[in-house]
Amino acid sequence: MDWFKDWALTLAVFTPLVGMALVMVIPRAEETAIKVVALLTSLVALAVGIGILADFDYDHTAKMQFQVDKEWIPLINARYHLGIDGISLPLLILTLAIVPLCIIYSWNHFPEPHNPKAFLALILLLEVGMVGTFVSLDLVLFFIFFEVVLLPMFFMIGVWGGPNREYASIKFFLFTLFGSALMLVSFLGISFLSKQQTFDISILTHLSGSGIARSTQILLFAGLFLGFAIKVPMFPFHTWLPDAHTEAPTVGSVLLAAVMLKLGTYGFIRIALPILPQGAQVWAPWIGLLAVIGIIYGALCCLAQRDMKRLIAFSSVAHMGFVMLGIATLTTFGINAAVFGMVAHGIITGMLFFIAGSMQHRYHTREMSRLGGLLISAPKMGWILGFCAMASLGLPGLAGFWGEFPAVLSAFEPSKLANGLINGTDSTLWTFRIFMVIAAIGTVLAAGYLLWMYQRVAMGTPKPEFEDAHIHDVDTSEWIAWTPLLLGIVVFGLFPNLIFSVTNGAAEQITRAFSG
Amino acid sequence: MLDLVWLFPVIPAVSFLIILFFGKRLPKKGAEVGILAVGALFLMACVVAAQWIDRVENAGHGSEKGLAALGHSVVAAAEGHEGGGEVQPIVHGFTWWQNGNAKFVVGARVDGLVVMMLLVVTIISLLVHIYSTAYMHDDRRYTYYYAALSLFTASMLLLVVSANLLQLLVGWELVGVCSFMLIGHWWEEQANSNAALKAFLTTRTGDVGLMIGVIICFFAANSFDIAKVNAYALSPGADHSLMMWASIALMFGIMGKSGQFFLHTWLPDAMAGPTPVSALIHAATMVVAGVYLGARVYPVFFNGFSIGTSTVNMMAIVGGVTILIGAALAFVQQDIKKVLAYSTISQLGYMVMALGVGAWSAALFHLFTHAFFKACLFLGAGSISHSATHHSFDMREMGGLRKKMPITFWTFMIATLALAGIFPFAGFWSKDEILATAGQGRYDIFVVVGLVGAVMTAAYMTRCVYLTFFGKYRGHHHPHESSPAITVPLIILAVLSLLAGLLQAVPFNIKKFETWLEPVGGLPNLVHPTFDYRLATISVALASMAIGAMSFFLFRREESGAFQGLTERSKLAGAGYRFLEKKYYLDDLYEGVIVSAVKGPIARASYWFNQTVIDGVVNGAGRGATRLGRWTYDVFDQELVDGAVNDIGRETAMAGGGMTKLQSGRLQRYALLLLASVGVIGLAIYIVNIA
Repeated sequence: MDWFKDWALTLAVFTPLVGMALVMVIPRAEETAIKVVALLTSLVALAVGIGILADFDYDHTAKMQFQVDKEWIPLINARYHLGIDGISLPLLILTLAIVPLCIIYSWNHFPEPHNPKAFLALILLLEVGMVGTFVSLDLVLFFIFFEVVLLPMFFMIGVWGGPNREYASIKFFLFTLFGSALMLVSFLGISFLSKQQTFDISILTHLSGSGIARSTQILLFAGLFLGFAIKVPMFPFHTWLPDAHTEAPTVGSVLLAAVMLKLGTYGFIRIALPILPQGAQVWAPWIGLLAVIGIIYGALCCLAQRDMKRLIAFSSVAHMGFVMLGIATLTTFGINAAVFGMVAHGIITGMLFFIAGSMQHRYHTREMSRLGGLLISAPKMGWILGFCAMASLGLPGLAGFWGEFPAVLSAFEPSKLANGLINGTDSTLWTFRIFMVIAAIGTVLAAGYLLWMYQRVAMGTPKPEFEDAHIHDVDTSEWIAWTPLLLGIVVFGLFPNLIFSVTNGAAEQITRAFSG
Repeated sequence: MLDLVWLFPVIPAVSFLIILFFGKRLPKKGAEVGILAVGALFLMACVVAAQWIDRVENAGHGSEKGLAALGHSVVAAAEGHEGGGEVQPIVHGFTWWQNGNAKFVVGARVDGLVVMMLLVVTIISLLVHIYSTAYMHDDRRYTYYYAALSLFTASMLLLVVSANLLQLLVGWELVGVCSFMLIGHWWEEQANSNAALKAFLTTRTGDVGLMIGVIICFFAANSFDIAKVNAYALSPGADHSLMMWASIALMFGIMGKSGQFFLHTWLPDAMAGPTPVSALIHAATMVVAGVYLGARVYPVFFNGFSIGTSTVNMMAIVGGVTILIGAALAFVQQDIKKVLAYSTISQLGYMVMALGVGAWSAALFHLFTHAFFKACLFLGAGSISHSATHHSFDMREMGGLRKKMPITFWTFMIATLALAGIFPFAGFWSKDEILATAGQGRYDIFVVVGLVGAVMTAAYMTRCVYLTFFGKYRGHHHPHESSPAITVPLIILAVLSLLAGLLQAVPFNIKKFETWLEPVGGLPNLVHPTFDYRLATISVALASMAIGAMSFFLFRREESGAFQGLTERSKLAGAGYRFLEKKYYLDDLYEGVIVSAVKGPIARASYWFNQTVIDGVVNGAGRGATRLGRWTYDVFDQELVDGAVNDIGRETAMAGGGMTKLQSGRLQRYALLLLASVGVIGLAIYIVNIA
């Protein structure tokens, strides 16, 4: 199996690219062939992922595994360096698993203007970027994959999106690109200022910011922060998200929520924290502050929504707030919670977007005041929606809880090296404990907007305009696409150690610089 | 059997899955699975109880052997035990998850408290399961109802057997969801789904406190393990202020779940659910989860609130206030279930107050007896609506049912007397023990509160019984006695309401309940009162007088109309009545002010801020950049650069044509270009130098 260790990640990244090329050469009329090829390639990539899962050394999750380190652009000392540890693994598998599910879901309902060929080619290209970002160990490589993601999503929203698609897609593209530009400047700064002038993330992590003055770290971290915070998105850089989500086709929303938002948080954990630890210590309380503002603010905006999909989009702002709070504590506990939160949010919010899409497909509206009585019209879908709402509001025993509660818990005792919002003894402690209380209050608001949504959409009786409409229940392709996600919500909820035991070692490695 | 306590939540969980996936295809639509599972649980609980009692009774003579025989996995918990504390709880656990260096265990624990709760939950659940076969017979979602009952039983038992606070939190939230599902069982009507949402959101507001309290305990004791948390709280080195914050935070959890003032408003609305559910969840089991939590981590409160050494504390005050405000509201209800709901609030107040004044065993004894008589009352009310008033609970449509429904009447009477605290019914013993303990601490004021509460309880229950069973029948149906599936559970509960108190009849020197209950490992020094004959006499006399006076008032009103229209004639009485009728305006405050403010103006303002201010900046930046681009193109590119290029071209063309006139404009243009190139080169050099 030695060849597998060397080739697995490369295969995982580029199989979808091959699939995309194949899809491009098949004539447009051969729709079934296109679909089959796209699905097969994504399944092959998933099979590679399962192979990685089986072959991963769970005793050394802190160690980079499946590494490939080849010369790439010697001129600037950028290398083709891939590798995964316990933090990348869950996200990698999440990505590889969700893409085939999206393709299956699309099988019979491609959004207007149809054209499965282009649509599937874009999804596969998106997969290349997403997978690549999670496995890159070189800043240049990371940057390229990070940017590759933008293009297909831009077209997905711009071509297959809703009525306001042009505005949304351009906003999405420019906003993210703006952050990326600053991020790139920071990448260059980090590389030039580091002792070895390298882009290699492993080496830079090992150097842990030595050689870069504290004041410079603070500046460079600010650049990284903007790049990643826009992607997360954190308050107040989040406004591209509701528009993008609202306009995007269902599958686009699912991929956006399930994977793309995690690129930002992953960047914080993989790059910003370990490479610029002193910058992180200074920025930590401010990140925490924006995180808890996001939790409350996102929830309040949810309460003001009339459009179901937009509500779910704003709930992402709130949920990613919990993830960022965990990261801001700079503790192993917090990072573990954050990674769990990323996976859980990916599955649960992905599911919610699927359901919102399916409901729009049936009712041709997402206006909650017009919906109602889903439990009567399509009982199975109604129950699934209720289940996902419960998972999303952080019900213990389901996956959402394990991202939320440990994040709140970790804020009780942040890293001693983190700063507080004001100077003074115990400032850090009190800063984060106040964050803890605010975040905990956020859980009530989360229950509020989700249950109100559920009450309006699913309970009661169908509105007169839909009384005679034939609203069919969950269909086959939906069952196939949703069952793995629903199972994931339960399984990770009951056995949280499936993820915690994988991330723990790697998280300890990341926070070594902050353990004082 | 003591080793297999972890099976308790597992069995109903399996039953839930079976009913959910196969229930509709079974001959009895899934009910049989639920009844079988809970029946088995009840038998198991009896065996566990017997074995536990055996263990306690034999603790004096060589129990260590018995302990060792239970196997290697037995972990004796807590070092600081008291009294009959040779008996240790039995704890099993396996690693659930790990985070940092901390390992989190999931497991089961058996001690006196757990055994008592297992008995209460399984027996009430079993009776409710049986009762529902008749009561819910024609329900639109019969199978689903039984699935939810199984899920609830599983969650409640999970909560009860938890060996650590995190697991308890899981069970706590899950019972909340089951409560949500069952309150909103008939979600077609908006009132029901509103009630379900209100219950969930109000308890969740309290859960913020619970969550924070659990977190504080975790960091104080460095573990979620209940035994370790308790041991920490009792240790001399415990941080008192930390424990105080933990107690206050946990108190919010208790207030939410156990319907304590000021988070009690959801409980009366929760009566929108089916009546058996009200009996099981909102009277006997789930709502006492808060009291159970208080008893479970009692050392934390003992330390944090200085129970026993202080004269007042938050716990006792919350409990005391709840007794009175709950009882007062029970007077003005027309809906029989609402009377019982407010009565439940008031009785839960007794339990919380008891914990607050150091009456640990008495609080749990009251929990024990209350479960029986309150379940009996609720199921009795259900029997009436099922067989006499056609699904109505309005007491104005009842009356005179004494003769028509004799079994329902007599069981209801027994439970009422137990609730009113009349000798020798169960409520007498437990309520009296609370008062006696309070009297022997330094909590005289709470004795008075308790006595006033007892008077009020006796009076409003008299009103309730009178309106329901006496006078003339005011409904329009044909009342008849219910079927055995309904009456048999009533009879069983009535017998228990009559006899359960005798487990702890101090004057007869019977103290079985506390002997069996108290070995939980790690309790502070508890006050064990001697029987206070004066207090007992006073409370029974007061309660009897209240019953007498209320009956007199009611019968007189019936005969002569003497008290008719009192609220219209007296302004004060009218205002007081309205104040009660409006539920102290708390619902108006919560729903009318707080919730609608958050949902309405605050949410809208946030969204406006989002769309106008933040997005305004974003769009402004976009527009600005576009304008800058256009300017750059128009002015810089077309005019300046292209202009310069064109100029150069023109000049070259004119070079032969003699001297060029130096135009001022052109010069400026060159200067600007020069400056720009210097800047670019400078930047390049700077970057290269850094490199």
